[in-house]
Amino acid sequence: MMEGVSHWHLETDAENIAWLHADNQGTHTNVLSADVLVQFEQFLVELKSQKPRGLVILSDKKNGFFAGADVRAFTPMESKEKALELIQGGQHVLDQLATLPFPTACVIHGFCLGGGLELALACRYRIARDDVETRLGLPEVRLGIHPGFGGSVRLVALIGALKAMDLMLTGRTVSGRQAARLGVVDHAVPDRQLRTAAVRMIKDAPRPHRPAFSARLTNQRFVRPLLASVLRRQVRPRAREEHYPAPYALIDLWLRHADSPHRMMAAEAESVAGLITGQTAQNLVRCFFLQERLKSLGRDAEFPARHVHVVGAGVMGGDIAAWCALRGFSVTLQDQSPERIAPAIGRAASLFQQKLKVRHKVNEALDRLMADHRGMSVEKADVVIEAIFEDRTAKQDLYRALEPRLKDSAILATNTSSIPLEELAPVLARPERLVGLHFFNPVAKMQLVEVVRGTGTDQSIVDKAVVFTRAIDRLPLPVISKPGFLVNRILMPYLLEAVVLESEGVPAPIIDQAARRFGMPMGPVELADTVGLDVCLHVARILCEQMDFPVPERLERLVGEGRLGRKSGSGFYEYHKGKPIRKKIPGSYSPPADLIDRMVLRMVNESVACLREGVVADNDLLDAGMVYGSGFAPFRGGPLHYVDETGAARLKQRLGELQERHGPRFSPDPGWEHAKEGWL
Amino acid sequence: MEQQSTLARGGRPVFVIDGCRTPFLKARGRPGPFTAAELAVAAGRPLLARQPFPADAFDEVIAGCVMPGPDEANIARVAALRLGCGERVPAFTVQRNCGSGMQALDTAARNITLGRSDLVLAGGIEAMSHAPVLLGNTMVGWLSAWSGARTFAARVRALAALRPAHFKLIVGLLRGLTDPVVGLSMGQTAEILAHRYGLSREQLDEYASRSHQRLSTAQDAAYMNEIEVIYDREGRFYDQDDGLRRDTSVEKLAKLKPVFDRPFGMVTAGNSAQVTDGAVWLVLASEDAVRRYDLPVLGRIIDSRWAGLDPAQMGLGPVHAMAALMAQHGFDSRDIDYWEINEAFSAQVLACLSAWQDDEYCREQLGCTRGFAPIDLERLNVDGGGVSMGHPVGASGARIVLHLLHVLRRNRSRRGVASLCIGGGQGGAMLVEMEETA
Repeated sequence: MMEGVSHWHLETDAENIAWLHADNQGTHTNVLSADVLVQFEQFLVELKSQKPRGLVILSDKKNGFFAGADVRAFTPMESKEKALELIQGGQHVLDQLATLPFPTACVIHGFCLGGGLELALACRYRIARDDVETRLGLPEVRLGIHPGFGGSVRLVALIGALKAMDLMLTGRTVSGRQAARLGVVDHAVPDRQLRTAAVRMIKDAPRPHRPAFSARLTNQRFVRPLLASVLRRQVRPRAREEHYPAPYALIDLWLRHADSPHRMMAAEAESVAGLITGQTAQNLVRCFFLQERLKSLGRDAEFPARHVHVVGAGVMGGDIAAWCALRGFSVTLQDQSPERIAPAIGRAASLFQQKLKVRHKVNEALDRLMADHRGMSVEKADVVIEAIFEDRTAKQDLYRALEPRLKDSAILATNTSSIPLEELAPVLARPERLVGLHFFNPVAKMQLVEVVRGTGTDQSIVDKAVVFTRAIDRLPLPVISKPGFLVNRILMPYLLEAVVLESEGVPAPIIDQAARRFGMPMGPVELADTVGLDVCLHVARILCEQMDFPVPERLERLVGEGRLGRKSGSGFYEYHKGKPIRKKIPGSYSPPADLIDRMVLRMVNESVACLREGVVADNDLLDAGMVYGSGFAPFRGGPLHYVDETGAARLKQRLGELQERHGPRFSPDPGWEHAKEGWL
Repeated sequence: MEQQSTLARGGRPVFVIDGCRTPFLKARGRPGPFTAAELAVAAGRPLLARQPFPADAFDEVIAGCVMPGPDEANIARVAALRLGCGERVPAFTVQRNCGSGMQALDTAARNITLGRSDLVLAGGIEAMSHAPVLLGNTMVGWLSAWSGARTFAARVRALAALRPAHFKLIVGLLRGLTDPVVGLSMGQTAEILAHRYGLSREQLDEYASRSHQRLSTAQDAAYMNEIEVIYDREGRFYDQDDGLRRDTSVEKLAKLKPVFDRPFGMVTAGNSAQVTDGAVWLVLASEDAVRRYDLPVLGRIIDSRWAGLDPAQMGLGPVHAMAALMAQHGFDSRDIDYWEINEAFSAQVLACLSAWQDDEYCREQLGCTRGFAPIDLERLNVDGGGVSMGHPVGASGARIVLHLLHVLRRNRSRRGVASLCIGGGQGGAMLVEMEETA
C-alpha cells in the first residue's frame, strides 16, 4: 500500500482483532520519526473504515516498544513555526488513535519512552511485560523539553497530577510492574501472557483506568496553585529556572490548562515548540548526541572479558569492583588485609540493594564479588585494575609482582590520576599492555571513565579498555597520558582560582553560589572540600609544576593543619554531620565583578590548551568529557561549545584583560587561534 | 551389623584434594550475619578460586545440612548454583543429624569408589542461629479458621476463640535437639552418660577448659589455616572461630548452672558444644581426576562406618562406629596417629574414652573379646573441638575430617580417625590416611 519501506505491518486474526506491528526498517530500535508517524496515520485511517473488533499495537523489535521521538529531527530546529507544525502533526495522529471507535490496546516490552509512551497513552489499554528490562517513562525534561504529543495531558488525567508530574519532572523511568502500580499500564504480566492479556482487554472492554478520587482531586482548579508551588519547590534545587525552563513550563502548562484537555493540548504544543528552539534544549540534545558518540566507541573491537581483578580496596578500588560486579562481571578484590576489604564489601552490598532491590539479584551480585586478600585470582582475570594509593614505587613493585601471573590476553589498567603511565610502564616486560582507566568518584554516579593511552600503550590494548568500559556501562573517553589527563587538568585551574579568590577574602559561599549560577553542579570550594584537600594538593602540585604556576599557599596551609575537607570535618568550610556550615554574608557585601569570569575562563583557557595539545581527539570529545566527567553545565553544551556560543574573540579579549589585572595565569593559550576555524 | 562398604574392598581410591571452611560463628540469641546458603558460598568461593579446574568440572555436589532455611530446600543445589558450578552439575543434600557433614563425604567417596563420579564437592553447612521459630498447630488451625471467616460475625467469633496458648511459639532448634523417640534432649543423654560413667563436674569442666586452651594455642600458631575469611553485608569480616574464650578456666566454668537436668545435673553451656553457624567444603577426587588436572593430594579417605545404638546413650555412638572400623582393618588404638571425636558434650567424649577401654562394654555391646587400648589424650582433638569452636551440627562431620588431615600433615603422621555421635542413637567414623610420600 505504500511506496518504499514500511515501518508497520498489519494483520487481522480470526476473531477480527487487528494487530499492528511496529517494525522500523533498517534499524534495531523503533523510533517515532516523522515518516513512521505518517505511515501510522495511514493505517489508522484504514482501520477506521475496516472496523475491526479491536486494535492491538505491538513492537517486533527485541529491545523494546519505542525509544521515543526522533531526537535527530530536533536539531537544528530552524524556527518555532516549523517545530509547532511537527508537534501538532504528532498530536493529531495520536488523537486519531485515541478516538478510534473500537477498543485499542498497546503491548509494551523493553523500553517505552517519550513519544513511545505517549502513543501508548493514547490507547485505551496498556499491557506491559513485568520484567526489569521493561522501562517506561517520559524523559523529555532531560532534553530540555516536556512531552509534546499529548503525553502531559493524558498522563495527568490517567494517574493524577502528583504521580504524573513526578514522572515527567524527573524524567525517571519505571519498570512494568511499577507502571502497573502507578496506573500507567493496566496490567504487568510475564511475556507468555502478553498477547492473551491484550486479547482479553479487547474482548472484555472494561472501563478504562481511572485514578483514585484523591488523585483526581490533584487536578482540581482550587488544588492546582498550591500543588504547583510545591512542585516548583521540589524542582528548584535540581534545576534553576534560568538554566532549565522545561520543568517550570510543564508545571505552568498544567496549572493553567488542566481544566480543558483541548486547550492543554494546544498549549502543550506551543510550549514545546518554544522550548525546543531554545538554547537549553539545543545544548541538551547536543549532550545527548555526545553521549551517544561515547557509547558507540569500541563497537568495532572485541574483548570478551569475564573476570576483573581489582587491587586496592579503598574508596575507588572498592567501588570500581562493586560496579563491575553489578554489571555482571566476576570480580575479585585484593588488598593487604581483610580489614581493608571488608568496608568495600559493605558498600557494595548497599549499592546492590539500592540498584537491584530483589533479594536473589542482590545475592547474585554479591556472589560475583569475592574478597581475595591473597590475590589468588590474578591468573584468572581478563582485566586487572590497580587502584592502590598514588605512590610510584608501590605501583611499580605491584606491577612487577602481577605481570608474570597475568593471562596472555589480559589488560593491566591503572586508576592513577596523577602518575604518568610512562613512569610506570617501564617496569613491565610488556610495557605496551599498561593502560589507564581513570574512574571518577563516586564511581556509581560518574558515568565517565578516561581511557588513558601512554606513549608506549598498544592501540589494541586501548581498544580493549574502551570495550571493557562500555561493557560495564560507563562512557569511555580516550585521552593521552598528560598530567591530569583531561577532566582534572581542566578542573584544577578553576578550583585553584577559587582558592585564590577565597584567600583574597571573597567568602566561600559567594564563590560557590556564582559557580552554581553559571551552571556547575557544585561550587568549586565545596568540590575541593568534597574531593579532599590533600588529594587536591597532590594533584595541584603535579599540575602546577607542569604548568609553571604556584600552588596556592592557602591550600598548603589547610592541609598542613590537618583540615582536609569534608572527611576531616573541616576544610574551607566547617562541617556538621557531613554538611557545610555556610556563614551568613552581610547584605552589603558585593563580590568582585570578574568573579565568575576568573573561574570559568581559566577552565575554558585550559580546555583550549588541552585541545591544542591533543589530549583528546576533538572538541566534541572534550565537551563530552567535561559534561559527563565534571558535570560542566550540560545546558551550555560543554566548555568549547560555550566558547562558540559566547564568541571566541570576546572571551579571548576578556582573558587578556584578566591577564593584565591578575597576572600570567590568564594569558590566552596559543590554541585560541584555532577557535576561528571551528577548532580543528 | 554395620553397613558393608566397598571403600575398603578394592574399589577405586578416594583422594581429598583440598578443603576449607568458614569460621564457626557462635549464635548470639538472634539470627547470625549469614544464612546457611551464604555460609556455603563464602566457604566454597575461595576454595574453587584456587583450584586448577573450572567450577563446572564437578560431577556432583553433596552437602550435609540438618536445618536449611525455609528458602533453602536442597541447600546443596542452591549452593552449587550460587558457586557457579552450573546448571548441569547435580547436587543433593543429605541428613543424618550431627553426622550429615560426614555422610556427605561418605556418599561422595562411595560414588568415587564405585566409578560413578570423579570429582565431587562435598561438605556440611549449618546456620543454627537461623533455625526457625514455628507456630503451634493450634495457631495454624486458628489461622485457617480466620481466613475462612468471611462475615463480620464469623470474624468476631474467631477472635473470641483466641487464647494465650495459641501464641505459644515452637523454637525449632530446641525441637531439633530433642529425640522424639525417647523424649530426651541431647543434653539429657549427656547427663545419662556422665551418670553412668561416674564423671564429675570437675572432669567435664576440665575437659572443656582444655578444649579452649587447645584452640587458643592453635589459633596463635596459625594451625587453623583451613579457615577462610568471610565478609558480611555490613562491612565486617570474620576470620576466626569466635566462640573461643581465652580467659576461661575450670573455676569460671564451675560457676555455670546446669542447663538440662536442673538444678542438680552437671552438663552446662560451658562444657557442651556451642550453638554455631558454619560451613565446610572438601574437594574429593578419583585417581583419574587427580591425573587429569594434576591435583595436589592432601590425603585419602580409606573407609567409614556407621553404627546404631540406644538413642538415650547416643553420645557413645563414636565407640560403636570406630570399633567397626578397627575390626574391619584389624587395628587397635596404637595404629591410629591422631583422633578427632566431635565434642558434642565434654561428658560424651569422656564417656566414649571410658567405654572404649571398658572390657565389659566392648564385649557386651560391640562383640569384642576385650576393650581397646586407651586413646592418648595428646592425640585426640589436639586443636580443640565443638566445646571451644562450636558444633554447627550439619557441618562438624566434614570439619573434623578436614582438620584431621591438616593435623596429620602438620605432624607428618599417617593415619587418623574422625568420629562423632549422632542424635537419634548413631555413630559415624571415618578412617583417613596421608599419602605414602608424606
